[in-house]
Amino acid sequence: MKNFLVTLIIILIPVKSFGLIEVDITRGNLDPLPIAVSPLSIDDESRKKFKDILKKNNIGSEISSIVENNLKVSGLFNPLNKDAFLQEPDIANLKPRFEDWNLIKAQALITGKVSYVEEKLRVEFRLWDVLAGKEMMALAFTTVPNNWRRVGHIITDKVYERLTGEKGYFDTRIIYVAEEGPKTQRVKKLAIMDQDGANNKFLTLGNELVLTPRFNPTSQLVTYLSYFRNLPRVYLLDIETGTQEVVGDFPGMTFAPRFSPDGKKIIMSFAKDGNSEIYTMDLENRIVEKITNHPSIDTSPSYSPDGKFISFNSDRSGYQQIYVMKSDGSNVKRISFGKGIYGTPVWSPRGDLIAFTKLHKGKFYIGVMRIDGSGERLLTENFYQEAPSWSPNGRVLIFYRETKTDSKGKGFSAKLWSIDLTGYNERQVPTPTDGSDPSWSSLLSN
Amino acid sequence: MKLSKILKNGFLIVVACLALSACATSKKSTGQMQGDVYTGTDTVEYLASGVPDRVFFATNESVLTTASRETLRKQAAWLRKNSKITVVLEGHADERGTREYNLALGERRANAAKDYLMTYGISSDRISVLSYGKERPVDSGSNPLAWSKNRRSVTVKAN
Repeated sequence: MKNFLVTLIIILIPVKSFGLIEVDITRGNLDPLPIAVSPLSIDDESRKKFKDILKKNNIGSEISSIVENNLKVSGLFNPLNKDAFLQEPDIANLKPRFEDWNLIKAQALITGKVSYVEEKLRVEFRLWDVLAGKEMMALAFTTVPNNWRRVGHIITDKVYERLTGEKGYFDTRIIYVAEEGPKTQRVKKLAIMDQDGANNKFLTLGNELVLTPRFNPTSQLVTYLSYFRNLPRVYLLDIETGTQEVVGDFPGMTFAPRFSPDGKKIIMSFAKDGNSEIYTMDLENRIVEKITNHPSIDTSPSYSPDGKFISFNSDRSGYQQIYVMKSDGSNVKRISFGKGIYGTPVWSPRGDLIAFTKLHKGKFYIGVMRIDGSGERLLTENFYQEAPSWSPNGRVLIFYRETKTDSKGKGFSAKLWSIDLTGYNERQVPTPTDGSDPSWSSLLSN
Repeated sequence: MKLSKILKNGFLIVVACLALSACATSKKSTGQMQGDVYTGTDTVEYLASGVPDRVFFATNESVLTTASRETLRKQAAWLRKNSKITVVLEGHADERGTREYNLALGERRANAAKDYLMTYGISSDRISVLSYGKERPVDSGSNPLAWSKNRRSVTVKAN
């Protein structure tokens, strides 16, 4: 992702800790923080330049709309209606009249400026604490004009981090399976898009069935299942170059792939003679290791962030349950003991939780439990939903949901949804077609 | 116990039919399952006259029923008679399970059928196995009858 390079120049070093505003992200936020996102101001000459290059009438407003939408979708912020703003963007960026912003009940204010500098897009922005009447943060960066959407996401990440104390998740992408056609003959393609649904791109043509794509830690590579030539195998795809290769040389179906946290291995299931076992393959030396050894179905492996443990799905007890073992396959322990059956365990990037899919009495749930299986918490219930994937900061889960189909096959849809770890803020993630099997990238700019 | 329950249900259906006089639809949705295994012939195709191409499974199961074993014995006899034919056994699951587990389950079902064909003298190099998990249902409905049709292993001629 060389062309994603964004130079970040800190023009002031203001991060003082007297800010009064703080957003608590550990509980459901029923009272989102009122924030005013003033359109980024732009001089006439820069505006014309960017209009020519990007076909956008006012790139300053476009970027602030992205910030506004991100903040709103996070559920933690309530961006105020611009019609109520009293101060012009350029003046507000120099020195806000805090009384005016206070009057419309804004607690925080974002201002900024866009300019055209040597064929680049230069953006500066400031975050203000309205009640304290103080600047909380000021940053500027320069990048190629085409990166303008990412600038909006990076601004949101910085604001989110400053106000919540945790890294954001806005400058990220989602890889997923785009779906179309009748349920019995579904056409599936790999697709990638920004976290907010923009810049959607199809990566395969739909000639063969593709399933379960997952990013590597740097989000440059994707491992997924393809039915190329009717042989279901795990593949590796380089997003930038488009090159693909089969992972390993297994005499049968390989599936359920995922990367190790250092990106050096792919862990997956290999099915043979009615028995699915978990294997790893080292991407450098191609050494294959068998991790599980049990005549049951062992699948959906997911490493702990430190790489020391693996959680997986097995029906060795008779029904599907979640197990944890050391990464060499020793010390296998069942951790799910609630009612129902459990699948798709995914270790949180923070290391303390495992997200899962649960089926109980005909309903599907997305939930989380601690890594020893205690503290099970179900976040959402529906007719059918599965396959959670964590945002890089471990605060949000994305998954997919299918609707019930009537006896004539009507009413079917598959959509991506997200929900906060708190169980609040459930939202559909926009996709141009139906979608399933989402996987969240890491933060692209760090 | 189970049988009496089934008989009882069957009896109720008959009564309902009498009452409604036209009951083609209710008959269709109730008389085609035993337990939750599909016993109808709606979706079945034939490899040759009298040789059904597929067998059905109970939820989460890969155990062959008596009817399935009978179907597979017919397939084995047909394969012995036509010794040049090779087949792919396509294993499937219903939509009520996670995608990855269902891929494994489809493979396990197709292998159960493969093992049985082998015990009737069909060489393993004439049989390959392919799991579709829940990706290729024959019935797109979200109801127990549709699901029972989709839990299947289908024997497909490969040459």
